[in-house]
Amino acid sequence: MFRQLLITLGDYLIFLRQVFSKPAKWSVFLKKWVFEMDAMGIGSMLIVCIVSLAMGSVITLQTAIQIESGWIPSWTVGFVARTSIVMELCPTIISLLLVGNLGSRITAEIGSMRVTEQIDALEVMGINPASHLVLPKVLASLIVNPVLCVFSIAFALFGGFATVWITGCITTYHFIDGLTYCFRVYDVVYALTKTCVFAFVMSTVASFYGYRIEGGALELGKASTQGIVVSSFVILILNVVITNIML
Amino acid sequence: MIIVDNVSKYFGEKQVLHGINTQFEEGKVNLIIGRSGSGKTVLMKCLVGLFTPEEGKVLYSGREFHHLPDNEKLLLRKEMGMVFQGSALFDSMTIEENVTFPLDMFTDQSESEKLDRANFCLECVDLENVNKLYPAELSGGMKKRAAIARALACNPKYLFFDEPNSGLDPKTSLLIDELITKITHDFNTTTVVNTHDLNSIITIGETISFIYQGHLEWRGSSDNILTSDNATLNDFIYAQPLTQRIRPK
Ligand SMILES: Nc1ncnc2c1ncn2[C@@H]1O[C@H](COP(=O)(O)OP(=O)(O)OP(=O)(O)O)[C@@H](O)[C@H]1O
Ligand SMILES: [Mg+2]
Repeated sequence: MFRQLLITLGDYLIFLRQVFSKPAKWSVFLKKWVFEMDAMGIGSMLIVCIVSLAMGSVITLQTAIQIESGWIPSWTVGFVARTSIVMELCPTIISLLLVGNLGSRITAEIGSMRVTEQIDALEVMGINPASHLVLPKVLASLIVNPVLCVFSIAFALFGGFATVWITGCITTYHFIDGLTYCFRVYDVVYALTKTCVFAFVMSTVASFYGYRIEGGALELGKASTQGIVVSSFVILILNVVITNIML
Repeated sequence: MIIVDNVSKYFGEKQVLHGINTQFEEGKVNLIIGRSGSGKTVLMKCLVGLFTPEEGKVLYSGREFHHLPDNEKLLLRKEMGMVFQGSALFDSMTIEENVTFPLDMFTDQSESEKLDRANFCLECVDLENVNKLYPAELSGGMKKRAAIARALACNPKYLFFDEPNSGLDPKTSLLIDELITKITHDFNTTTVVNTHDLNSIITIGETISFIYQGHLEWRGSSDNILTSDNATLNDFIYAQPLTQRIRPK
């Protein structure tokens, strides 16, 4: 079991070395990169926005209900909502959401290319398939995921604001006051760092599981699930590690 | 010319190829024949470097493929074209993009030059008006032909076909056979074809290597295959009622 884990880790590192080699042709690479950013970013925008709105709204409501006592100032609601949204909910939850969304897409795409011998075809042509297929995806997710994270933060905060405004549990003035209270740019840096690390894990692990499929279409489904489970698990562990290092 | 020198391949404990010795000649259609599971595809994948044989070597005009440094291996790979058993066209690209893809990667030709080349290759395989279609929109035989066009794009010196006419009707299968012969003679390529199609064996096999359970059992050409006295080979050739009727007494 432990030995198996080490072997997989070794395979993963060898895979990464293949992925990060110079593309054979820059113009082709750039084209693929832009294409991937478009496909990933636009495709996930809607779901990210909806989830963020709901998340921001719920976290604000819950905080407001918890601290409904006279001696806690009501701007605390905005402050707590902002802190949890920026520092934890958006980077981590949205990254996990994207693992299910983008990660499984990547595994399925690369895995089906493996099953139908398209990867072998690339190799016979003298092209490094790992770098040709995976590198644009990894670099695209390193840009797309942070951008989605920023959008998600904006939508979550707006969701919170809208909730306050509609329910009137506290005044919007106090809420905004709390949102801006003691704001540190470092929190955003921390959130984006996390997102980038998670994006890297998601795209490389998903590609890895797709790339090494042996067998037929049945394996594809299995690999997709495995990819999601493993990358979610790694993301959760790294979340703890990064938080310990950066805060 | 490709020389296969004592090639053995294992998967774990299981030995699939047992010291194969044969050669494939330039400007000729060279067949690898044998029953399903005899190791034809594995041998071909060893030739093109998708598998590395545990023993033996493969020589391309004197260059030992599996021990070349990476950059020379790449150069040699650019001289090879392969058509896979399942076509292996890139499904995210149109047929035209599939055929121009090797040109995009390895040449600095202008768009119009690439397009001309793609159209020429597609004409070679008798495919017209499919440039903008995706592989999923083609029939099996058209996919095979598109895959052949892609393999031709970079003017390869070595061409590999894995079962080019499996799953095709006799007529289309015949067309593909003619095409393979024509390409080989026109462009003087070293062509290696995996097949168990009897018709191809008799009509296009200029050299034939018969693989039986991973051993090279017999080597010859279409001229003497029907009259050989190798019992295993005869078992293979005259397995069907139709061929039994033409068996020379
Ligand atoms: N990747 C692999 N791992 C383990 N065994 C394999 C692998 N590929 C092929 N084999 C085994 O090698 C043997 C030869 O397979 P191969 O695919 O070369 O047959 P073939 O002659 O091409 O048959 P067909 O005409 O059906 O395509 C089979 O017994 C198969 O089980
Ligand atoms: Mg085969």
